[in-house]
Amino acid sequence: MASATQTGETRNGGIDLFGLLATYAPLIFLLVLMGIFAWLEPRFLLPLNLVNVMRQVSIYGLLALGMTFVILTAGIDLSIGAIVAFAGLAAAAVAKGGLENRFAAGADASALGYGWPLAMLVAILFGTFAGALQGFAITRLKVPPFVVTLGGMSAFRGAALLMAGGGPISGFDPGYTWWGQGYLFTLPLIGRIPVPVVVFLLFAVLAHIVLSYTRYGRHVYGVGGNPEAARLSGLNVRGITMSVYVLMGFMAGLSGFILSARLNSAEAVAGMGYELIVIASVVIGGTSLFGGIGTIFGTVIGTILIGVLQNGLVLNNVSPYVQQIIIGLIIVLAVAFDTFAKSRRRRA
Amino acid sequence: MQARKADRLTPLLQVQDISKGFPGVQALTGVALEVRAGECHALLGENGAGKSTLLKILAGAHRPDTGTITFDGRPVEIARPADAQALGIVTIYQEFNLLPNLTIAENVFVGREPTRGPFVDWKKLNQQAREVTRRIGLDMDPRRLVKDLSVAEQQMVEIAKALSMEARLVIMDEPTAALSETEVERLFRIIADLKAHGIAVVFVTHRLDEVMRACDRVTVLRDGKLVGSAEVKDIRVDDIIRMMVGREVELHGRGGRVAHRGATVLEVQNLTRMGDANDPHAVRVRDVSLTAHAGEILGIGGLIGAGRTELARAIFGADPIDSGKVLIEGREVAITTPQDAIRHGIGLVPEDRKQQALFLSLAIRPNLSMAALDGLTERLGFVSGSKERALVERYRQKLSIRMASQEQPVGNLSGGNQQKVVLARWLALNPKVLIVDEPTRGIDIAAKNEVHHLLFELAEAGIAVIVISSEMPELLRLADRIVTMREGRVTGELMRDRATEESLMHLFTHNQTAA
Repeated sequence: MASATQTGETRNGGIDLFGLLATYAPLIFLLVLMGIFAWLEPRFLLPLNLVNVMRQVSIYGLLALGMTFVILTAGIDLSIGAIVAFAGLAAAAVAKGGLENRFAAGADASALGYGWPLAMLVAILFGTFAGALQGFAITRLKVPPFVVTLGGMSAFRGAALLMAGGGPISGFDPGYTWWGQGYLFTLPLIGRIPVPVVVFLLFAVLAHIVLSYTRYGRHVYGVGGNPEAARLSGLNVRGITMSVYVLMGFMAGLSGFILSARLNSAEAVAGMGYELIVIASVVIGGTSLFGGIGTIFGTVIGTILIGVLQNGLVLNNVSPYVQQIIIGLIIVLAVAFDTFAKSRRRRA
Repeated sequence: MQARKADRLTPLLQVQDISKGFPGVQALTGVALEVRAGECHALLGENGAGKSTLLKILAGAHRPDTGTITFDGRPVEIARPADAQALGIVTIYQEFNLLPNLTIAENVFVGREPTRGPFVDWKKLNQQAREVTRRIGLDMDPRRLVKDLSVAEQQMVEIAKALSMEARLVIMDEPTAALSETEVERLFRIIADLKAHGIAVVFVTHRLDEVMRACDRVTVLRDGKLVGSAEVKDIRVDDIIRMMVGREVELHGRGGRVAHRGATVLEVQNLTRMGDANDPHAVRVRDVSLTAHAGEILGIGGLIGAGRTELARAIFGADPIDSGKVLIEGREVAITTPQDAIRHGIGLVPEDRKQQALFLSLAIRPNLSMAALDGLTERLGFVSGSKERALVERYRQKLSIRMASQEQPVGNLSGGNQQKVVLARWLALNPKVLIVDEPTRGIDIAAKNEVHHLLFELAEAGIAVIVISSEMPELLRLADRIVTMREGRVTGELMRDRATEESLMHLFTHNQTAA
């Protein structure tokens, strides 16, 4: 509340130092972390290793882009790991020309299958449909996103297990696996750039443009920032909420396809625990779980940060169990920071 | 229950020189209150007079900045709710403090259950609860769940709880607001019974006829200050109203400018919204008809809970209506969502800026343009940055919004400048009708004046402006015509030159429709 003398003044001259720190904190943290790992183990900085890190994170990254939209609306999606598995199996089944041909290999397989374009399309359609289904439950049946996608997590995993019948579907033609294992071009000094990395960065740029420069992006921030104000400003809150889950489903479908291509195999247990790593990436990147705050830039940094952490710890022979502990701690710290920042804004 | 009939004239509670400030608002200044044992004492005042703050101090929810409280002849400090309880001061709020999924008995003795060893003695609990509820005429199985009771019955559970705590002073905040006639009668009988047992009752209400019937004395607050106390038998309703509103009206009308009342833009016919039938606190809108004209400011007045905000939200499509019609420029329109309302040229500046209007996580620019993005969007859904910045700049100048840059977080602006951003959001859509709910809540005098002048200008530009305000001076200053509401109904309509605070307060608090 301002007194009469304060009317013309803003509280702190308009520059939000705390906000600036919040924006760049993930980047600073990433650079510090990379410095430490480089000091501990010089091999960490080899271009081959860094490209490898990027390839490892590209699937998490694609999912994190979708998750950024979801979390910006103060939602959450726990079902993505299951959808990744489900969509991957769907793609594999198409590539094999049906589940009954799952053990076919080589030229035989290529003859029976429907080819990678249709496989990719089906994976994306399955993912998108799964997202739409959950979006419907959230916006029409008014079930909280946490509950809907917790249910989805179980249901889609079950569907994947049912479809797989217990075993993996492996061995795709080179056109298929190129999406996960191939390289698109070579850069001087850095080397060959993997396809998934390029796909991730392309979608990152696209997502950034959508969020920052389009009416739709603005509406996403509006709905997340204050749903009641958004509704009273004439925004289609239900439609926008629905759309982010559809978008998330699309990304999960695409990711499922790429993961199966990368592993040259699709199985029902693929993507286990991805939701944790992806949500962690988004939150570490500065997106607020309370909605309305966050950037694609932050999410990309957050994703790379998790990848660097995993890679650096492996290079330094840290047990994978300890890795899990560290990632868990970082998630809690990132959210604590977010809560702290929110209380600061409240007081402003 | 000790009966303290001894000395009725010794004050049980004596509050002296209490002041309490919140950031930006001085809620109470040097207020005194004296309550005698065994009396029913009405605490009265307009919205914002400081009643709630005083009640919360007595309940231990707020601590006063200065002042003393004497209870039963001893100076006391009420720092926590537990302190108030220990003294025997029990407050019954409008939103009851009951646990709906527990039984009557459990609620009455919550935290004080009789035990046998480590276990609750259920038999004793239910037996004791039965005794205390029967005393106030609630003859009901104490094992029933509270959520299955009516509002009046829940209130009686609260009173039973107070009795079981050996209460000596029971504070009731608007206890009759959600009760029917017969339930009010029963409550008055209970109050009489409490009085007979030497228990004092402090009663907050807006219904002055009830004060005249049930209370012994009144204390009136205005703008956080004490106006005075009086014996009910010595005064009339008109005296109380004068005490409640008696301030000088500092500001007058449009500074001599005369409204040019144009064509009827908005017409509301028999609009009814009953809200949630299961919610006893739901504020309803009943059979409301009104018109708003281009170039005119229509004021809607009433006390809290009169249904003004609910009417505005219903017109705007924010809440569904049960029946009624809305006509824009003579044509009936179907409005079921805010989007419909906006399409038909209606804007709404809601009452709670932070909760309902602002996007506090966003900067000024997106806040201002949020509703107008369609007009700023080019091919492929891209928002034109240059058009948007020009729009924001235009309204920054027009409304003299004081900001360092368009990219500043909107939360850093003062309340007045925030309100201007919200107004600009609607002006950017060129509305035909602009409904402004509490145009100057929580903003300082200077900014208030600016907002008032802005509303005059909008009316002069031909917009039909509808203003809802709980501050009578503001209503009298802004409105060319005032429609008053009480309990969801229109109780009267006054042209500005015929409206006074007294005549308005009559229409806000009385049943009969005045001319």
